[in-house]
Amino acid sequence: MCLAVPGKILDRQDMLATIEIGGVMRKVSVMLLPEAKIGDFVLIHAGFAVQVIDEEEAEKTLALFKELEQYATHDN
Amino acid sequence: MLPMTTEEIRKTADFFTSEIARLAKGRHIRLMEVCGTHTVAIFKAGIRQLLPENVELVSGPGCPVCVTPNEYLDTAIAYSRKSDVIIATFGDMLKVPGSSSSLAKEKAQGADIRIVYSSLEALEIAEKNLDKKVIFLAVGFETTSPTAAAAILMAAERRCTNFYVISAHKLVPSALRALLSAEDSHVDGFLLPGHVSAIIGLKPYEFLIEEYNTPAVVAGFEPLDILQSVYMLMQQIQGNTARLENQYSRMVPQEGNVAACKILLEVYQESDAVWRGIGSIPNSGLVIREKYQVFDALLNIPIIVEVTQEAKGCQCGKVLRGVLLPQDCPLFGKTCRPEHPIGSCMVSVEGTCAAWYKYGAGRWQV
Amino acid sequence: MSKERIQLAHGSGGKLSHDLIKNIMWPAFANDILGEMHDGAQLQINGSRLAFSTDSYVVKPLFFAGGDIGKLAVCGTVNDVAMNGALPLYLSVGFVLEEGFPIDSLQRILASMQSAAAEAGVYIVTGDTKVVEKGAVDGIYINTAGIGSILDGISISGKNAFPGQDIILSGYLGEHSLAVMGERHGLDFPQSVVSDCAPLNGLVKNMLAAVPKIAVLRDPTRGGLATTLNEIALQSQVGIMIDESSIPVSPAVQAACDILGFDPLYLANEGKLIVFVDPQFTKLLLEVMQQHVYGREARVIGKVVKEPCGQVGLRTNIGGVRLLDMLVGDQLPRIC
Repeated sequence: MCLAVPGKILDRQDMLATIEIGGVMRKVSVMLLPEAKIGDFVLIHAGFAVQVIDEEEAEKTLALFKELEQYATHDN
Repeated sequence: MLPMTTEEIRKTADFFTSEIARLAKGRHIRLMEVCGTHTVAIFKAGIRQLLPENVELVSGPGCPVCVTPNEYLDTAIAYSRKSDVIIATFGDMLKVPGSSSSLAKEKAQGADIRIVYSSLEALEIAEKNLDKKVIFLAVGFETTSPTAAAAILMAAERRCTNFYVISAHKLVPSALRALLSAEDSHVDGFLLPGHVSAIIGLKPYEFLIEEYNTPAVVAGFEPLDILQSVYMLMQQIQGNTARLENQYSRMVPQEGNVAACKILLEVYQESDAVWRGIGSIPNSGLVIREKYQVFDALLNIPIIVEVTQEAKGCQCGKVLRGVLLPQDCPLFGKTCRPEHPIGSCMVSVEGTCAAWYKYGAGRWQV
Repeated sequence: MSKERIQLAHGSGGKLSHDLIKNIMWPAFANDILGEMHDGAQLQINGSRLAFSTDSYVVKPLFFAGGDIGKLAVCGTVNDVAMNGALPLYLSVGFVLEEGFPIDSLQRILASMQSAAAEAGVYIVTGDTKVVEKGAVDGIYINTAGIGSILDGISISGKNAFPGQDIILSGYLGEHSLAVMGERHGLDFPQSVVSDCAPLNGLVKNMLAAVPKIAVLRDPTRGGLATTLNEIALQSQVGIMIDESSIPVSPAVQAACDILGFDPLYLANEGKLIVFVDPQFTKLLLEVMQQHVYGREARVIGKVVKEPCGQVGLRTNIGGVRLLDMLVGDQLPRIC
């Protein structure tokens, strides 16, 4: 019950933000994320931005996944 | 969504699956996920196939549509038959069978039922159709309920008098508590719903450790997130510890979304709620507070609803609690299939049985 | 007689559509030719082999990025005829117009149809127009029927799939569906997701000239790639295994699908085809396809296998394998 997508805030007017998701533009409400700013990457669910994505943590997760690659036990 | 090539993903996946097999050697492990989106993600990625046989991934009551009681559907259907009512609903609810009909069937008979992607769209419909009463079917766990609350707040601000809500919202932590206190429960660890946690944070899950000593990991939704979470649970189990860990740290801060929780609690309060197939669970649902009762459909629009009937032979309760596998239900794949579902687990795309059926259980290797 | 009513899902091309045809339509007309259940009938008339197909077009909105209902009506039927290994020749067209429909819109649609017909090299040779009261149809509905001559030595059928064959897809998925839905849901695609609506008979002709032994040809329209592959697996009683990482979906289409809760494997395509071919011909066929404007992105996406019989499996990005089922009802937008 959590179908949500990440997107970047390109513009914000009051409680409405313009988001870009993989090249697609969409307007969402930021009523639940009033501190959201232009340039933030946010999680979008049911027409609302619901959480800000922590880019530093995202980098860490990606770096970890990439590092673990080398410990794969067999070639696919 | 994390930028990696297929080659890189497969290698990392391979690392996780080998480690999981190594840590699970000589044990039989039962892990439960409680989020319909996880159920589907696990199937879509073919994860069960890659896990060793002695590590079981069971689905819990993670589909809010599936745990919505028959009575709710019957009520929505009854409202839809009124000529001055427009029903606004998420697509997920359209085909769910009530006691004798479904919203899709009513739509085919001419009822004004509209699919929306957001609670605010429902409010817009109300503002554009002042001669009608627009009723929004507010279903969902904590990822979605704040969005419904926000719509109610906006309706109040805009003094909208024809917007109503029927709440079927449910709360995940209470469901987990009910699961663990049931006699037949046997779960070695939980994969916790990543997006619900993005809203409620980590605190509401602390009781899993403190009272039930059960390992739990807040998990993301990409295949590698899920594999890493299973790996983290296996490490805990092997080390005989029980901790609350956060694999999805890029989306889930410790405190969750404080603003969203505030809006939620401004509009809604906790109540006991009926979970289809399970029964009543204390403090597991949300009802509209007195201050916003003008938006409560049931209190403002009189309606007569047919007597609720549950389907015979339906084993959904056991499936939802993870005690029975879908393919072990006698109705599964025979009388109960996605195109003619009998019980709640088969109705929604994310329902345990629907997902298991769609991705091959009982028809092919899973 | 059934007491049930038609639901929207009956038109989506998935399982309910199939059930409707199998249980209600087919018994009414039952004959061997209809029983082939291909995208069109293959007929023998006075020693000539002809392909004959029909389709109705009710798309909303009428005009979308990359096309309109008229272009769709011509290309759709041209392609259905071509999928029989035939050279499309002539089309008929029937219009049902709503009272009040603007004539300049009609003219735009007609011009679009003629343009598509010219590109395909076909002629619209007969037609009919009806007008109904306001509200009885939504603007305009179009039916086209097409006839074509099956090329010599060509034998294409949904029953010809055989273990060992390669499966080639001609290009990116989901473009048409998203162009239409994007218009409907007010999605803004800055790098235009454009409908892939196109006549494929030129591409098919080149393919058959180079590789006459092509076994199966089909265009993945309603129900998408997944449904089309399932239909063929059932008709030929074989298994199909495809590789998720080889299926081309553009980032914009994937993003729109993520937003709306759709799966690109089930979305309709109007300018793509799948072909099943013996692996000795794969390299040649790919070369020929990639030289054509509508086949530039052609690639192998899977193979025909013995088991699981009648089913389609998907090898996922992380190396798991799972069932890829046919579309059951409607693909409804999800938020869950």
